Formats: sequence, C-alpha cells, structure tokens
Amino acid sequence: MQPIIDYITSYLNSTQTPGAAGNFFWAFVYILLVFLGLSVAVIAMNWLERKILAHMQVRLGPMRVGPHGLLQPIADAIKLLLKEDIMPAEADSFVFWIAPFIVVLAAFTVFVVVPFGPTHAITDMNIGILFMLGVSSLSVLGIVMAGWASNSHYPLIGALRSSAQMVSYEVAMGLAVVSAILMTSLHGLGLYGAGSAGTGDTGTLSMIGIVAAQQEQHVWFVFKFFPLGLIAFFIFAIAMVAETNRAPFDLPEAESELTAGFHTEYSGFRWSLFFLAEYSAMIAVSSIAVTLWLGGWLRPFPNLLHGTTWDLVFNLFPGITFLFLAAICFYSTARMPKHPYFKIQTMGLAGFGALLALIGFVLFVPAVFVRVQDIYWFAMKVAAFMYLYIWYRGTFPRYRFDQLMKVGWKILLPMGLGLLILTAVMGMRSELQHWVASIL
Amino acid sequence: MNPPVATPFFFYLLAGTMLMGGILVITRRNAVHSALALIAALLAQAGLYLMLYAPFVAGVQIILYAGGIMVLFLFVIMLVNLERVQKERQFNKQWLVGIAAAGALGGLFITIYTKGKGIFLDRAMPSGLEAENTQKISVLLYGQYMFAFEIASLLLLVAIIGAVVMAKKRI
Repeated sequence: MQPIIDYITSYLNSTQTPGAAGNFFWAFVYILLVFLGLSVAVIAMNWLERKILAHMQVRLGPMRVGPHGLLQPIADAIKLLLKEDIMPAEADSFVFWIAPFIVVLAAFTVFVVVPFGPTHAITDMNIGILFMLGVSSLSVLGIVMAGWASNSHYPLIGALRSSAQMVSYEVAMGLAVVSAILMTSLHGLGLYGAGSAGTGDTGTLSMIGIVAAQQEQHVWFVFKFFPLGLIAFFIFAIAMVAETNRAPFDLPEAESELTAGFHTEYSGFRWSLFFLAEYSAMIAVSSIAVTLWLGGWLRPFPNLLHGTTWDLVFNLFPGITFLFLAAICFYSTARMPKHPYFKIQTMGLAGFGALLALIGFVLFVPAVFVRVQDIYWFAMKVAAFMYLYIWYRGTFPRYRFDQLMKVGWKILLPMGLGLLILTAVMGMRSELQHWVASIL
Repeated sequence: MNPPVATPFFFYLLAGTMLMGGILVITRRNAVHSALALIAALLAQAGLYLMLYAPFVAGVQIILYAGGIMVLFLFVIMLVNLERVQKERQFNKQWLVGIAAAGALGGLFITIYTKGKGIFLDRAMPSGLEAENTQKISVLLYGQYMFAFEIASLLLLVAIIGAVVMAKKRI
C-alpha cells in the first residue's frame, strides 16, 4: 500500500505536468477532469447560446424547464438519448457509424496539450501547437465521411462545402500561427521597450513554452510589434470561425439551403456527438488563440503589478466572480413571480445561487485560490471567445460561398504572407538592437 | 525523462495496422473505403515516427497527409461516379511484373537486414532527443542545409505555378 501512496503523493510537489513527470495516476486524473470540465462547459454553452441569442433578438429564450430554463440542456440531452436511432437504408453503414466518433475523437484529443496553467496540462509536447492543428484538421475527415456515407444529396453538398472551406482557411490560419511562433524565438523588450530582455533562443512549438515566452518577453503576442501581432490575431480569429463551421461561415450546415448539411441524416445519440464535437472544437480553437496571443494562463500585468499585495488582489478574482454570479441568482430569485405555481422554481434558483456562493467562498481559501487562479484566467479568456461566437451568430448574415472563398484566398492569405514577412523583418530589427546593446 | 512503455506491443500494433491498411487499400472495391484505409495506414505511420523519437515528423505527417492531402483525395473520389467503377475489373493481369518487383524489393530488404547491421544503431536511442527534436531540425534546415531547403521550396513554387498555368485556359 505504501508504495502506491508514495507514487501518488510524489507528484504533488512537482513543477511539471503529469505527462512530463511520467505519473500515470495524475495524468489519468487530469484526463478525467478535463473531460468533465469540457462536458460541463458544453452544457453551459448550450444554455448560454440559446439565452444570449434570445436576448439579442428581444425574446426570453428557454423559460419552462427549471428556473430561467436552467435545466433545458439536461432535458435536451435526455430527449436525444431516448430518440430512435435512424440509419438510411442506402447508407454505407460502417462509415456512417464511425464518422461521428472520428469527429468527437479529433475534438477531444487536442485537449491533451492545452495548457490551463504551467502545471495544469495533461502533458506538454515538443510539437504542441502542431499537434493541435494536425489533430483538429482530422475532424474534417469525419465530416466528409458523414456527408458521403449518408448517401443523400444535402449531406453530400454540405460535406463538399465543409472540406473546401476547412482546407482553404487552414492555410491562412497556419500563416497567422507561424508568425506568432516566430515571436517566441526573439529577445523580448516588451511593449514600447518596457521590461527586461528575455533570453532569445530557437523558439518553441510547445504550448507551455509559448506562454512562457510571452511572460519572459513581458508582452502578450497580440500587442507585440504593434499592430503586427494584432493583425495575426485578427486573421486567426476569422479563420477559426470558418474552421469550426460557425456563423457567419456556417455554409456546410446552412439550414435555409441544405436542411442541416452533413448531419441531415443523423439523429439521436449520433447527432448529439456532432453537437458535442462542434462545441468542444470551438473551445479548442479558442484555447489556441488564447495561448498564442492572449498570454494563456497569465493574469493581466503579471510583471508590472507584482508583489504580495497585487498577487492577493488578483487571487481574489475567482471567488468574486462566483459571488457575483450568485448575487445575480439571488436578485432573480427576488424577482420571481410570487404565485404558488412558481414556488419550486424559486426554491431551485435560490439553491443554485447558494451553490455558486459556496463555490465562491471555497475559492477564497488560500490553498485553493493559489492552485486554481491560472485555470481561472485561462477559462475567462476562452469564455470571452465563446461569447464572441454567439455574438457573431446573432449579428452577421451568412456569407455566400464565392464570398467565403474570396475572403479566404484573396484577402486573408496575402495578408498572412505579408504579415509573416513583416514580422520577420521586425524580429530581425529587434534582434539587431539587442545585439548592438549587448556590445556597447 | 520517462522510460518507454510497452514498446514491442505498440510497435506490433502500429505495424499491423499499417499492413492491414495497405492491404485494404488495394483490395476494397469502393474507392472511398480504400482512401479511409490509406488514412489509417498513414496515421499508424505517424505513430511509428513518434516511437522513433521524431515527434515533428509525426506531426507533419498527420497535418499534411492525413489532414490535408487525403481530404483532397476524398473530395475528388466523392465526385466520381462509383457505380460505374465497381463494374470494372479491379486488377490488371500483370502477375509476372508484380512478382518481379515484389521479389526485388524483398531481396533488397533481406540484403540490408543481413549485411547492413553495422549501419544502424543496435541500442536504444539516447534519451532527451525528443524534448528538442523540432529545434534540432530547424537549426539543421535553416543552418547547415539552408541552400538546399530554399531550392526545394523554389521547386515546389514552380510546380504550383506550372499546375495553375496548365490547368487554366485563360489566365
């Protein structure tokens, strides 16, 4: 018994990810935690998307199942699982069966390298960002297989559109990513020359290394070589919406033209797998953007505002956020109709608020907030992207297919190429400055 | 660094997947099934690269072959009328040439395996290579072999322009 306990506790003082430390127990625990967190995030996104879209269109959204429709995602999930599983008679049964699993596998596997904190990742790979882009590009295979295997016209057109779109936007996306990777190799002098010069090296593809480079250079890459970093981020932010087939680039599943695109023939559990994969892919590409340009797990101003006082102030943020959410819940509880029909709903909402408040108070315990604050900042940045996704969907009309191709190939691709050259020139300039300064 | 785990198991698993994939590619009647089998073989190959402590090559294999080229393959195959293809004969009757080619390749492998033992490392790779694999490749490509690398990229550019010129009637 003792060796097992020693094996488990030996990781606790480690400064590495469980994968790098070679601890299988904790790697397994992290995998479970990431899976659980993702599932909760997808459920929350389902509710939030419907609610936010509804409010943008001056509607109420789901209100019936649970207080303010809070239990709606669970009701939906149960409905989907109980539905009849239909397979078209002329479908290619094996390919039809395996396609949703490929999409889900591709969407979930990328989270192996997502760094939620300096030690909070399942593992750190030397090829981190390449692995993420490569595995997420496999999801298009699943989509194409689903569209083809359905043996029906709308899914096939949806699959063709999807593969053309994803292959096109991968190019622009890759160029933007390369320009950010280029920045990891530089001696940083920070924004406007503030801060100290970091150590210039051969650069890195590791997700944790990229964030560490931003910390060392005292600047988020979105602000580096202003406005070059910002433009690269902008290109990526457009390409990632197209990669995940979301509005305004949701042509593969354009409901007014193609019924539901590549997953028209899917129902029940298989359809819910596509749904799950779409949302976790959205979270995955958002985490790439956060890691590459927005400083990953770093809190705002980690180098400028440091010291015990500032650390404490920023450490209190997670708890305050949850207390704020709890306060909203209690306010809504007070505003619930007083009719006896709403008694259970009012109690439920009060209970939910109490739960959030409890989590908030737990987050004020020093031992807890020290460990979760990097996860908190990472999650907040990703959450901002998720809100953007919903906002796009509520705002922009859908592109036509020729417009989509034109944006990808004639605007984003040349922009990305020019940007890469300019970033290299600016990088050489800053390296020369550093070299001159080191001689004098 | 961690010691490698269950190496023979993973090697035989990946090699077996690759061989199965390769056989399925040529025996399936349906071209889409062949393409999918090819993808499985390519992914298993990426796994073998990982076992050889070459994560960068593995990543490039996945992103280029499985995620890029094979998607374009499927894209074209899906537009082909499969019903007509299924009536055609699957194999050409060229047994002699096939056996000769296979025999030559097999002979080559056997010769290398028996006589070339001095060329290959017969012990485990030194650990720690994996951690800076990408950096090592980049230093080699942009340092020692920079000229060759740039010429290769120029060649590819010429090929792309040539393809566009030949495919498009009016530019």
